[in-house]
Amino acid sequence: MSRVRVRNLTKVFGKRTQQALEMVKEGKSKQEILEQTGATVGVHNVSFDVEDGEIFVIMGLSGSGKSTLVRLINRLIEPTSGSVYINEDDVSKMSKDELRQVRRTKVNMVFQNFGLFPKRTVLENAEYGLEIRGVGKKERQQKAEQALDNSGLLSYKDQYPEQLSGGMQQRVGLARALANDSEILLMDEAFSALDPLIRRDMQDDLLELQEKVQKIIIFITHDLNEALRIGNRIALMRDGKIMQIGTGEEILTNPANDFVREFTEDVDRSKVLTAENIMEPALTINVETEGPNVALQRMRKEEVSMLLAVDRKRDLKGSLTAESALDARKNEKKITEVLDKNVQKISKDALVTDIFDLIYNSPTPLAVMNENDRLIGVVVRGSVIGAMTDKTEGTAEKEGVNIDA
Amino acid sequence: MLDFLQQEIPLPNWIDSGVNWLTEHWSGLFSILQTVGEAVMNFTTNTLSAVPPLLMMVLLTVAAFFVFNRKLGFAFFTLIGLLFIYNQGMWADLMNTVTLVIISSLVAIVIGVPLGILMSKSETIQNIVKPILDFMQTMPGFVYLIPAVAFFGIGMVPGVFASVIFSLPPTVRMTNLGIRSISTELVETSDSFGDTAWQRLFKLDLPMAKENIFLRIVPDGLLVTRHLSSHQPAH
Repeated sequence: MSRVRVRNLTKVFGKRTQQALEMVKEGKSKQEILEQTGATVGVHNVSFDVEDGEIFVIMGLSGSGKSTLVRLINRLIEPTSGSVYINEDDVSKMSKDELRQVRRTKVNMVFQNFGLFPKRTVLENAEYGLEIRGVGKKERQQKAEQALDNSGLLSYKDQYPEQLSGGMQQRVGLARALANDSEILLMDEAFSALDPLIRRDMQDDLLELQEKVQKIIIFITHDLNEALRIGNRIALMRDGKIMQIGTGEEILTNPANDFVREFTEDVDRSKVLTAENIMEPALTINVETEGPNVALQRMRKEEVSMLLAVDRKRDLKGSLTAESALDARKNEKKITEVLDKNVQKISKDALVTDIFDLIYNSPTPLAVMNENDRLIGVVVRGSVIGAMTDKTEGTAEKEGVNIDA
Repeated sequence: MLDFLQQEIPLPNWIDSGVNWLTEHWSGLFSILQTVGEAVMNFTTNTLSAVPPLLMMVLLTVAAFFVFNRKLGFAFFTLIGLLFIYNQGMWADLMNTVTLVIISSLVAIVIGVPLGILMSKSETIQNIVKPILDFMQTMPGFVYLIPAVAFFGIGMVPGVFASVIFSLPPTVRMTNLGIRSISTELVETSDSFGDTAWQRLFKLDLPMAKENIFLRIVPDGLLVTRHLSSHQPAH
């Protein structure tokens, strides 16, 4: 079972919360409830699970309730109704002492504006969680230094937060949460205050970190590109409700409603689509069973000047151009002797944005390989450009082609 | 209604009898405060006066240099000012004044900071205390000397009493404000790590509000002293 489970979580701000809560249960909208009771529904009957080692992104525009939702998880805001289970315990029903223990040992949070204490040095900031827990000075210093060292910040440990750049400050914020070594990490717009380049670096670092530490990360953002980049799954929120939960691809290719579709229209597709999404079926020649004549005939029929050469298992052997096929026929060589072995291979998970550079420097199409290093398709220049300009329907069509292939 | 407007409420009489009651029934407490206070003040003044003026000037000048971020100008003016006071034969008065400032600031901190903390933690307390502070601050400082003299007689102690009452509101206010103005995010950060109320107070609230509190107390102490010195009964 998932270690973090959120069930029917609701937060109503204002007076007459009971009446508002009844209306939430009846399924009335946020607008109706506001008009009738004057109460604002921040989070509207939300349920989801987060798996171990997952980065679960909660995404929405401002006012969608995402920041409220994350604060209901560690009860910085008191839920009006519903449950948050961490392991087997319902956080929303805990006593103050139990809640304090959970905050000290299980859930930590990273904030949008870093939440660093200006009067404390970087090291003292990193120690804060351990200090609150009552860990001895020596041990907490050592752990905090270790955490800072992991983020490459150890040499700044005696500086004050204001002396560091934004990116470095947030690294301290992250190191502080990690020094506490809790299993769940809540990140509230953690990278939103950073400029785009730094933000990208931080996203990469977070992904790398997650590979190593395998925590449960709940990440709040308003930036769909960020969500798609780092999220294993994304929950899209609007008016306190979750509109859709799914992987980035599911949300892009299968939007649950118009809102999600509109929301995803402006996405920079190059950062979401992978080679697998845009590849075309590869025209191949089997070097073990077929000869130069078959190759030339196939080229003529398909109106291409090049084929990819594979063996029976679809292991890529190289590429065969029309000239070398002619050469083989004339001089009675085997195909294997005239193959060009320098074919660029890419993984099916390569992002289109990363394929750009490769394809413009490569005279031949790129061979797309699956995880077992078998050829599953090719990417040509045209398909990259096509993918960038296509809207959702176009992408779906292209995928249809791939499935047929 | 008109009756009410025409018939004077006997407020002065109430106050008179209240003050009389206090002086009669609490005179024991007042005289203890008076004696202890006087003793503490005398001790402080004597200690300060025991330091040779020139040595004191050097110490204060060096202190000024470091307190004001090693700026020579402040140290220089401190020295000039002290020399001038000495030259005018007012050194003993200065030591008296300094005693008054130190003692009244201390008392104001001891009473005001905890009150300010309580006020910052509870809306109810804030709603009760705030109008009282407003009222206290609308009165000119020397007004407080009148009850003070009634309770303590003439001397340094009523001076301290009046100074404390006058500098208490800013101390309470600045403590309250200092704690309340800590950004929500920092408060949330501290809470999210599972702090207790005391940890929050000593690890976040007071360190952050410190400057706000102390930056105001000393100037206010000085202000009230200046205010009072022209009205203080001769001693």
